[in-house]
Amino acid sequence: MPHALNDFISVLFDGLAYAMFLFITSVGLSVTMGLMGFVNLAHGAFAMAGGFIVVSLARTYGIDFIPALVIASVTVGLISVRFEQRLYRRFYKSTDLEQVLLTIGLAFMSIAAFTYFYGPIPKSVPLPHWLQGDVNLGFRTFPTYRAFLIVLGAVLIAILWFVFEKTNIGAKIRAAVDNRRMAESVGINVDRLFTLTFAVGSGLAALGGGLAIQLLGLTPSFALLYLVLFLIVVAVGGMGSLKGTLLAALVIGIVDTGGKYLFPVAGTFFIYVITVAVLLVKPAGFFGRE
Amino acid sequence: MSDATLHQKTLTARQRASDYLARRHHFHWAEALPWLLAIAAFFVFSNRMAFGSQVLIMIMFAVSLDLILGYAGIITLGHAAFFGIGAYTVALASLRLGWSEPISGIIAGGVVAGLAGLVVGWFMLRYRGLTLLMLTIAFAAMLQESGNLRSDITGGYDGLPGLTFDPLFGHFQYDLYGHTNYWYVLAALAVVFYVVRRIVYSPFGQALTGIRENVRRMNAIGSPVHWRLVTVYAISAAIAGIAGALFTQTNAYVTLTVFDFDTSAKVMVMLILGGTGRLYGAFVGATVYMVLEDYLSKMSPTFWQFGIGLLLVVAVLFARRGLLGVVESASAFRWRTGAARRRFVWKTEYWKALAVAAFDGGLIGFLIGFAGNLGRADRMSLFVSAFPARVVAFIALGAAAGIVINAVYLLVTSRSAVERPAS
Amino acid sequence: MTAALQIEGLNRFFGALHVTRDVNLTLQRGARRALIGPNGAGKTTLVNLMTGALKPSSGRVMLEGRDITSSSQAERARRGLARTFQINQLFRGLTVLENLCLTIGERDGECANLWRPAGSKPSVIEEALDHLESLRLVDDALKPVRELAYGRQRLVEIAIALAQKPRVLLLDEPAAGVPSSESHLILDVVDALDPDIAILIIEHDMDVVFRFARQITVLVQGAVFTEGTPADIKANADVRAVYLGQEGHQEAHAHG
Repeated sequence: MPHALNDFISVLFDGLAYAMFLFITSVGLSVTMGLMGFVNLAHGAFAMAGGFIVVSLARTYGIDFIPALVIASVTVGLISVRFEQRLYRRFYKSTDLEQVLLTIGLAFMSIAAFTYFYGPIPKSVPLPHWLQGDVNLGFRTFPTYRAFLIVLGAVLIAILWFVFEKTNIGAKIRAAVDNRRMAESVGINVDRLFTLTFAVGSGLAALGGGLAIQLLGLTPSFALLYLVLFLIVVAVGGMGSLKGTLLAALVIGIVDTGGKYLFPVAGTFFIYVITVAVLLVKPAGFFGRE
Repeated sequence: MSDATLHQKTLTARQRASDYLARRHHFHWAEALPWLLAIAAFFVFSNRMAFGSQVLIMIMFAVSLDLILGYAGIITLGHAAFFGIGAYTVALASLRLGWSEPISGIIAGGVVAGLAGLVVGWFMLRYRGLTLLMLTIAFAAMLQESGNLRSDITGGYDGLPGLTFDPLFGHFQYDLYGHTNYWYVLAALAVVFYVVRRIVYSPFGQALTGIRENVRRMNAIGSPVHWRLVTVYAISAAIAGIAGALFTQTNAYVTLTVFDFDTSAKVMVMLILGGTGRLYGAFVGATVYMVLEDYLSKMSPTFWQFGIGLLLVVAVLFARRGLLGVVESASAFRWRTGAARRRFVWKTEYWKALAVAAFDGGLIGFLIGFAGNLGRADRMSLFVSAFPARVVAFIALGAAAGIVINAVYLLVTSRSAVERPAS
Repeated sequence: MTAALQIEGLNRFFGALHVTRDVNLTLQRGARRALIGPNGAGKTTLVNLMTGALKPSSGRVMLEGRDITSSSQAERARRGLARTFQINQLFRGLTVLENLCLTIGERDGECANLWRPAGSKPSVIEEALDHLESLRLVDDALKPVRELAYGRQRLVEIAIALAQKPRVLLLDEPAAGVPSSESHLILDVVDALDPDIAILIIEHDMDVVFRFARQITVLVQGAVFTEGTPADIKANADVRAVYLGQEGHQEAHAHG
């Protein structure tokens, strides 16, 4: 196989895996922002918390990686309900500024708290045997963990798509994102709907955080470092849009991986260029409401 | 009431109203206070003047943010872009062009940053909300990344050390203690502040508050909203640029970290802490923040970061107008006497509130106990030893704390609810 | 004579919803026209299309003979088109007086001035106070708008529109939420305006409509149903059926 083509496939593959991580982590943020217009800068903190719970469960208790992921996302999802009910709920009608300040404050607090308990050094977890090494797809081999990420992402996308498009609750969510007042007037309890999506979104973020441990390395500063990336995915994709978030995650994931491969010094430059370009042409993102 | 006295009453009301507006921009004696304090600080803390200059620079930076955030209502998390442009303008001018005269340097920094603000603002300010927020973040990040791409010019994250600048007016040398710098920065701040104050009290400044309060109405009365915003954005960018230029000159050093997201977030926190849209909020906020940071981050950066987060949350929940707002409320506060002062009345729903607080406190306690056990167990062993006992102890502790906090909150709020007349 | 405001073949879609259907409407100079119609007829949408808050899907808007279809709201306002909102849109944190001074400042182009103190022009303050006096708001001049009762805020809404010195004035339910003791103030002030100004009023209170209007346009499901003098409209059985239907029904019951 020619060298360039081989590299191209590698970049595409890694980009796809990265895009799946971005999608899993950002989709909750997109839906909650679309539903309530709530700017949640603490979303990255939920992801980070999920990651550290996985680390603790795997290393202190020897629980396997996969069950640890499940426990972590369920735990974070449940705890986030409490946050939503006690704190966030008061701020739905507040200005963007107050929402930004509240949630960035929470992000700072969580970073500090996790630094205190876990220290600033990146953590790792033992992977099960079947996720290690490479997998042979006939024409060449790929890292198993990334292949797993892609498969998991595809499964989750299918599930979310089904829930969004085919179920009653999905129809309610779409209606409420489209026009909240109209949805309320036909008897949809948007507050309860929001609590539910918030919990699921935070749980997925925690799952993303757990998956990030092997992909990106996990430190407490993850909460703000990657938050900007999640926000970009939401803004570029369009708030509240499932396919927008997916498209944005794919574009950002692949462009970033490719950019870093071709121009290692340029860092994340290309992401920002894309963001600015998209937002200047389509201010509400790919599939957002104008 | 006869027609004559009615007429009289209207006349005096008119007089009062027009007098108020005509005098609103006059200097109040209390406005001398921050400047007198700044001068006094020079004599009291004369060995900490390098730090003092940094405080003044951050005040200027926060004032520039107040103009767009506090007055025009533009939320940005990328204002560091313009601070950085100013900082690199003087650094590169001195290093590459040999242009090291300081005063023309900060003017150049302001002009370059202002022009950048004009162009960027023209593109960005058509948008609002999350889109605008993301564009501001992206712009600062792009500058940082492109600076890193050309680290042969910018020095990258290692920075450009050992910059030199001419003596002030060709005469005042920079001293080791930063005394000259302090007066230099203070004078620059005074000039900038005077300009900002004029703008705030001008018809243009009024139009900005109008945009903050209600854009739809501004459009309906024929205001060119976009141009007003672009104008103030450029001015704010220029001031941020001047602050950045002073930052480079006083440190004789600059790195790409000036473009950090943290820098943008920090100046916002300072402003919020002091109070937005009130000019002197920047003074209070930046000073309190810098002094606290200086003390606390030396003790423990982690605690400092936690404290900043907590401050923000508390400020948003209880003191939305910042420290200055708290001072104003406190000075307007009067203890009620006699019949107006009522006793605290226990209501049944308070039981429920306390139970919920206990639950949440317990949950937080559980989390801390759990995390402490799984993370760095050694730190937690100060409190309790064995695992289940530790977690239970933390749950109890959290629940108790929740009850106490909520009880205090109930006492305070039920009081003020009585004091406020029902509307 | 060119009309003060003229709209031709105006259409507007929201997605598949056709909310404004081929509307033609002319306000002559000095017109006193009422726009009535059942809830959801698209009256406010029509006002938004006139002021430029919404762009039409097709059709033209002319202000004093000039095509302003592509002009922004602000340009239209500067050319003399003023409106009030159905729900108050005020600078709630500013005082009543500042609300007025700001309006006058924007009208005169003073707000481009960055240096002169806002309160240094007595003529502006005096004019603002004159407008407030006509609506008996002088005593509240120094109160922030948000501290006023809703009905009083409604008067500020009117005062702002008047302070724009408009050539065409669109009033979207100006008396809604104003206690009846003060609603006559609004009509008195409007009556006292320069007879040259063209005024369009949206109103549900038929007493107000018949007292104020010299022409009435009835809008039903986004389209002009009929036009005429108050007497015509009163006599029109179709209008009674469509718009006054319920009342007519009740009356019939009362008589029967």
